[in-house]
Amino acid sequence: MTSDELLELADKQIAMGELRGSPSDDPVNAPMIRHWLDAMGNRNPLFLDKGLAPPSMAQVWTMSGVKRGKDPSPVDDLLKALDAHGYTGVVATNCEHTYHRYVRVGERLTPGTRFTSLAGPKKTAMGEGYFATWNVTWYDEDSEPVAEMMFRVLKFRPRVRREPYPLKPAVNRDTAFFWEGVRQGELRIQRCSSCGSLRHPPGPVCPSCHSTEQGYVVACGEGTVYSYVVHHHPPVPGKETPFVVAVVELPEGVRIVGNIVDCPVEAVGIGMSLRVTYRPMDDELILPMWAPRET
Amino acid sequence: MEAAIAGIGATEFSKESGRSELRLAAEAVLAALADAGLDPSDVDGMVTFTQDSNQEISVAKEIGAGDLTFFSRVHYGGGAACGTVMHAAMAVATGMADTVVCYRAFNERSGRRFGQPDARLGGEPSSQGLEMSWHVPYGLMTPAAWVAMFAQRYMHTTGATSEDFGRVAVAMRRHASTNPAAWFHQRPITLAEHQESRWIVEPLHLLDCCQESDGAVAVVVTTAERARDLRQAPALITAAAQGAGAGQMMMTSYYRDGMDGLPEISVVGRRLWEMSGLGPSDIQTAILYDHFTPFVLMQLEELGFCGRGEARSYIQDGGIELGGRLPVNPHGGQLGEAYIHGMNGIAEAVRQVRGSSVNQVPGVHNVLVTAGTGVPTSGLILSAA
Repeated sequence: MTSDELLELADKQIAMGELRGSPSDDPVNAPMIRHWLDAMGNRNPLFLDKGLAPPSMAQVWTMSGVKRGKDPSPVDDLLKALDAHGYTGVVATNCEHTYHRYVRVGERLTPGTRFTSLAGPKKTAMGEGYFATWNVTWYDEDSEPVAEMMFRVLKFRPRVRREPYPLKPAVNRDTAFFWEGVRQGELRIQRCSSCGSLRHPPGPVCPSCHSTEQGYVVACGEGTVYSYVVHHHPPVPGKETPFVVAVVELPEGVRIVGNIVDCPVEAVGIGMSLRVTYRPMDDELILPMWAPRET
Repeated sequence: MEAAIAGIGATEFSKESGRSELRLAAEAVLAALADAGLDPSDVDGMVTFTQDSNQEISVAKEIGAGDLTFFSRVHYGGGAACGTVMHAAMAVATGMADTVVCYRAFNERSGRRFGQPDARLGGEPSSQGLEMSWHVPYGLMTPAAWVAMFAQRYMHTTGATSEDFGRVAVAMRRHASTNPAAWFHQRPITLAEHQESRWIVEPLHLLDCCQESDGAVAVVVTTAERARDLRQAPALITAAAQGAGAGQMMMTSYYRDGMDGLPEISVVGRRLWEMSGLGPSDIQTAILYDHFTPFVLMQLEELGFCGRGEARSYIQDGGIELGGRLPVNPHGGQLGEAYIHGMNGIAEAVRQVRGSSVNQVPGVHNVLVTAGTGVPTSGLILSAA
């Protein structure tokens, strides 16, 4: 689902307007008020003496229990879509209450929920995400509003902080094009702009014609095992043993070294057909690696 | 060439020397000078490896040498070994110095171990760091792994097997078993033990890999004429060469050819034969750099001791053992004696020329010596006067 599709869904949910839920299971009652006042450290005797509930308790009366089915809400489908899109993190950012009157012991409230806005994607400290906002209104038995709440959450894609990969390549102006290509999912082979010779590993001067004008071609991404090793010992930082490293011969006519992945170690052999695959090693480095080619 | 090795010296070879690398260097240099019958005040030149942590001036200071007129360093790890002697020989032949000491000293087992991965290898944007950066990110970062990549291809094209590599290890351990200076003195191995040893980097077993050692070796180079008047019979430097091939990399020359040969050793071999006028049949024993067994096979082919792909037959039936067609590394090599970056092999070549080795090959006149392979390398032919 793209960002546009998420915003379309949000428009649909807004258009649904307010959906009324079921009336609260229990009427407003003294025991809950007593617990609330205790928990909040509120010593004002007037609430219980006069049989009034603190207005900030509005949500308490209609909150559904963990085991009971929830009333349909225009919010749920949107939160699910955000989860499915990878925005699995959630943090409440705003909550504003508006009170129309005090609620009395014995009254039964009914909630009504409407979705009001979806904003994003936005880059935040938590990660990229969407701000989703909805309103809940509580009604008395005469359908008169007694309290309202605006609620806003940030649904974000949790930032995965990976350990920095310890085996970083050195990169300079002669080799930067290769690593830039890898970031874009391209395997670039240096090509002399004067004589057209291909060369890997690349360098600043064409050994054939001495030109310093260097371009590149994008390799087709296929190759075969020219030679390989299976590393067992000693342990290598950032790698789990055993692992396979191969010299891969490309149909373009150059060789390149890389790991063979997605393949049992015993299945690797000289001449094996491979296809390039790009593996993120940490938040910065992507390495081209090689997997068996489906035939 | 008008130069000779007049003295050799070494510390004991161990896994923990218990002393500083500078002290090891000084001890080996003093031993080599004493062997030659020279005084530290005679030394006016020093050569070592770029990888050595002891400056020439530091060693000179410790031994109480006087003025130096020549100092030089040779690069590319163990490929430097014979190169130090070549630089020294050029210095004495051109009159830049009279008495040049070549040394290598390290606590390679108890200190920084070359066999352990170093994540900094690919980190610097030097030409070598950039070269490493095509390999290190994939965990290809130990000497065993770099060599194993060639070995796999060599097996594929020649039909050589892990057992063929094992025969090299068995030969070296046999030689070391009768060399009291060797770490593996009296500890020979069988081919079955080689096959059962754990994988390091397939296709290399543990027993395909040389030791890691603490120790130091030094040799004294002077003019052939002067050497004749000194305490020991001189080992004449009949030929000396350095070599790098086209498209060479430090240890990962995977991009240039069939990966089943060692062009840099071929360069050295051609130069040695041209300079000396000798050929393989004139060599009675060879010191072939044996950091990893497969490269001993490939060196035999590159140097012309046998044809391409034929080394596996050449080493059958004890071919490179004492009593065989070409005894290789009578001291036990780096697999059996110690890993002193090839310098202990040069000392053994001198002993073979003098006729004083504990595992003496009969009738030695010329010994061929190579340095680290798979890297830019070097070689020597040493001869009896």
